[in-house]
Parts: sequence; structure tokens; C-alpha cells
Amino acid sequence: MAGTVLFFLFAGFAIACAVSMVYHRNPLYSAISLIGVFIALAAIYLTLAAPFIAITQILVYAGAIMVLVVFVIMLLNLDEDKPLNRLKYLYAVGGGLGLALLAQTFFIFYAVLKAPKAEVDPNMTAGKTMSIGRAMYTEYLLPVEIVGVMLLMAIIGAVILVRKMEHPHLELVGEGEDEKE
Amino acid sequence: METAFKTAFPFIVFSVAILLAFQGVLMIVAYTVLAERKVLGWIQGRIGPNRVGPWGVLQPFADLLKFILKEDLVPDKSTKFVYFLAPMVALTAALLPIVVYPFGPPIKDPISWLVPYLPVIPLGSEANIVVWIAEQAKNLPLTIARIDIGVLFVLAVTSVGVYGIALAGWSSNNKYSLMGGLRSSAQMISYELAMGASVLGVVMLAGTLDLNGIINAQANSPWYMRWFIIPQFIGFIVFLISAFAETNRVPFDLPEAETELVAGFHTEYSALKFALFFMAEYVNMFTVSVMCVVLFLGGWYVPGLSHIFEVGSVPYALVSHAAFLLKIFFFLFLYIWIRGTLPRFRFDQLMSFGWKFLLPVAIGNVIVTTIVVFLMNR
Repeated sequence: MAGTVLFFLFAGFAIACAVSMVYHRNPLYSAISLIGVFIALAAIYLTLAAPFIAITQILVYAGAIMVLVVFVIMLLNLDEDKPLNRLKYLYAVGGGLGLALLAQTFFIFYAVLKAPKAEVDPNMTAGKTMSIGRAMYTEYLLPVEIVGVMLLMAIIGAVILVRKMEHPHLELVGEGEDEKE
Repeated sequence: METAFKTAFPFIVFSVAILLAFQGVLMIVAYTVLAERKVLGWIQGRIGPNRVGPWGVLQPFADLLKFILKEDLVPDKSTKFVYFLAPMVALTAALLPIVVYPFGPPIKDPISWLVPYLPVIPLGSEANIVVWIAEQAKNLPLTIARIDIGVLFVLAVTSVGVYGIALAGWSSNNKYSLMGGLRSSAQMISYELAMGASVLGVVMLAGTLDLNGIINAQANSPWYMRWFIIPQFIGFIVFLISAFAETNRVPFDLPEAETELVAGFHTEYSALKFALFFMAEYVNMFTVSVMCVVLFLGGWYVPGLSHIFEVGSVPYALVSHAAFLLKIFFFLFLYIWIRGTLPRFRFDQLMSFGWKFLLPVAIGNVIVTTIVVFLMNR
């Protein structure tokens, strides 16, 4: 009972935040809305007995990645964008993709309705820290290692990119030309 | 009536517990502010506040009244919605960790000893309810929410607090505020890494992320590592330093450096909105002190207390709780002491110290701890 109420509360909050993220012109408002989506999702994970995933959602997405996004928006100090008229065809593409997503959602509803009702196992520990750690370092060791190496590559790449910017002859293309005019 | 009461009972208990815990923490925080002004006064050869009430004890209430009654100025060109949102985010993120604080050991049977005295009080048919409540209250934990990843919960929720400061700086439409907000986001992200890495050593030794579990692990350790500060001394130092940076306290109070940024991110905030930021800072100090005590100083565990009182009895819990608070007060005093002693860092010093010294030390500590724990468990 309480679980259902909480689900609808946070699901509604997540959808409202998602809609406001798409519709706001100001990038900072969009970023704040996205943080709201992440927090609402984390709350839903909590009600689904997956506390570790919920906390990771907040720690990584809301607490680290979105801080960087907000940081960048604050540094750039963007003006409010005027609506771009030349990208009209994107409405058609977006509409098509939206329809595909809607169809997929209905298919999931259909599949869930058709599926046989299974009893919930009270001893299930899929969301617990211990079982996630065990699965990551036994069954899924190779993907974890691959992701680790890829992240390391990304970090080294970022460091190299920043280093190159320090040389005066390697400026970003386009920025210097605007100032000359 | 009775069934309705029994259904509502958990909600009542949680409401009362939350009210008690939040009120208690906020009172301690209010008096931390007074203590800070007093201790700073002594350090600097002054008297400190002594006008409101005897020895200035009513000063926090006078301050609060002033915050409520002051005129609330809102800058004309600020981004209004974000400007109003920022202090709320800061305080909410600061207060949320209270729900997982381990205030004391669980009490086995807190109410049953009252039941024999019930005939003295004319309760009539209500007596059954009291017996039922006594039954429910068995193994009463002195924690509001018992989640088994308390450490991660505290780290995650406090990391959201950075938005309060960053958004306040951005929305005020003031260059000093913006610089303060930018500095604090950079600083808090940098030191969060070192902080998380320094906690890992303790988590590996304890084998759990549960705050009460970590305390129990320390209580059950051999005598030479009964407090994890002994095997994890480097982790403790790293945690303490990054705690100062995370709470924006001296010597890392760059986001509000008066000499260069007026008051940093809260320059444009006045009245109650400023009070919310102020409270958030001190509640964060309290939270970090709780984490220090729980992770490294044994939390509520008092060595040898189980020989005097029975484990799980009411006096045992009370003495443990008092010990927990005493340890926290020590850290709060340490904060004030250091504020009265050390000068402020420069921003580039702060960044290079965090990334080039603190983080490598914390990661090295994790690696060494991993090897030692692995060898010990073989």
C-alpha cells in the first residue's frame, strides 16, 4: 500500500522533472530538473529493495556528473538560446523516435501482462552490496576490467587534451576568428 | 480504535524519533555556534558573547530571532527560483544524514520494567496497549533508519549539498558570489575523492558499510585495534583533512574568504535564507564529526562498559550515548580550535594539495590495507 503510494509519488515527480528538463530554455534549469529525475529514480530504486543502486545513482549521477555539468554551465554563462528555425526536420525525427519509444513501452506493458505471476522471493538479495560485489568480481570480472581500462584511457586522454591546450599555436578552431571581426 | 492505533503506531514512533533526533542535533548545532564564539574569544583574548542570559547561554535564541525579524533582501537581477531553492537544498542535504546516525547501542527491553507499576496508574482497558507497546519496543535500535549502507548514504547525501552552494553563487548575479560558488564546487568535488578513499580502509577492515556494523566490528576487534584509528591512522588523517575541506571550514574556507570575496557564495543572502546556509554549515560539521567518531573512534562503544552494566540495558545505552556525544564534542572543539589557529590556504595550494598529495596518500592507504586484510584472512 505505502509502496504503491510512494511509487506514484516519485514516478510522478520523475516524469514532471523530465518534462521540465526538455522544455526549459535555460540550460541550468534543465540541469536542475535532471538532478530531480535522478533523485526520484533513486527513491524508486529504494522502494524496489535495491539500496546500493539507489545510493550509487545519487553518489555518481547527482553528486558527481551533474555537479560537473552545472559547473560548466556556470562557467560558460550562456544567454538564453533563441529557437533555431533551421532545424525543423529534427521535429520529424524526434516524433518518429518518440513513436518508436511509445510502441516499445506498450510492448513492455503487454509482455508484463502476459508473463506468469511469480512469487516474490523474500530472501532475494540482488540489490544488496555483497551480492553485487560478488557478481562483479566473479561472473562479470572481464566486463568490469574492460570498463576500468576504458575509464583509465578516458582519464589519460583528458589529461593529454588539457596539456595540448597550453601551447599557444593549438587554439580551438573558430574562436580566434570571431574576435578578429 | 485499538487496531487503528496499532496501524498508526509505526508512523507515530518514526515521527517522534525524527522530531527528537532533528531537534537534538539542531540544539547541539545552535550551541556549537555559541561555543565557537566563546572559544574564539578566549583564543583571541576577548570575552565573547556575554549579554543575553547568564554567560551568554541564550545567545543562539537571540540570534535566531534576529534572523527571523531582519529584512529579507532579494537582489533585483537574481534568478529568483534558483535563488530561493539554493538554501533549501543546502539545509536538506545537511539534515538528511541524521536518519542514519547510530546514536547508541540497541536497548533490549526499554519499557517492560514499567509494566509492574501500571496498577498504580488508573489506566483501565488501556493497560493492554502499554503491554503491546512494550512488546513492540523490544530490541529498540537507537537509529531512525537501519539501512545496511549507512556510510554510502552519508557520503551520497552530503555530496548533493554542493548544489546549494554552487546554485547560490550562480543565481545571486554577483561576481563575488559566483567565484565563491565555483571555488566550492571545485573544492568539494576534489576532496570528496580523498574522503571516499580514506573511508574504504575502514570498510574493508569492518567488512560492512553499516554504521552500527562498523562500531560492532571495532568492539569485537583485538585490543590493539579496538578503535580503527590505530590500524587506519593515515586514513584518519586524510579523512579529517578532507572533512575540513568538505565543510568549507578554516583553513579551507576559500568559498567565503572575506578578504577577497566579501562573503563568497552567501554575499547576497540575508535574514532567514542566510540562517539556513549558516545552519547547514554547522550541521555538516556535526555530520562529519559523527562519521569521524563512528569510523575511527569506536562510535558509542566504551571499552569495559559491559563489565559494569548488562549489555542492552537502559543505563548501558545511556552511558554509551553520552560517550558518543562526548567524542563528537571533541571534534567540534577541534574545528573551532583550528579555526582560531591556522591561516587560510591559497586556492592553487588547496587544489594541488588535494590532488597531488591527499588523493595519492589515500589510494596508497587503500592498497596497503587491501594487502594486509587479504593476508590476515588467509
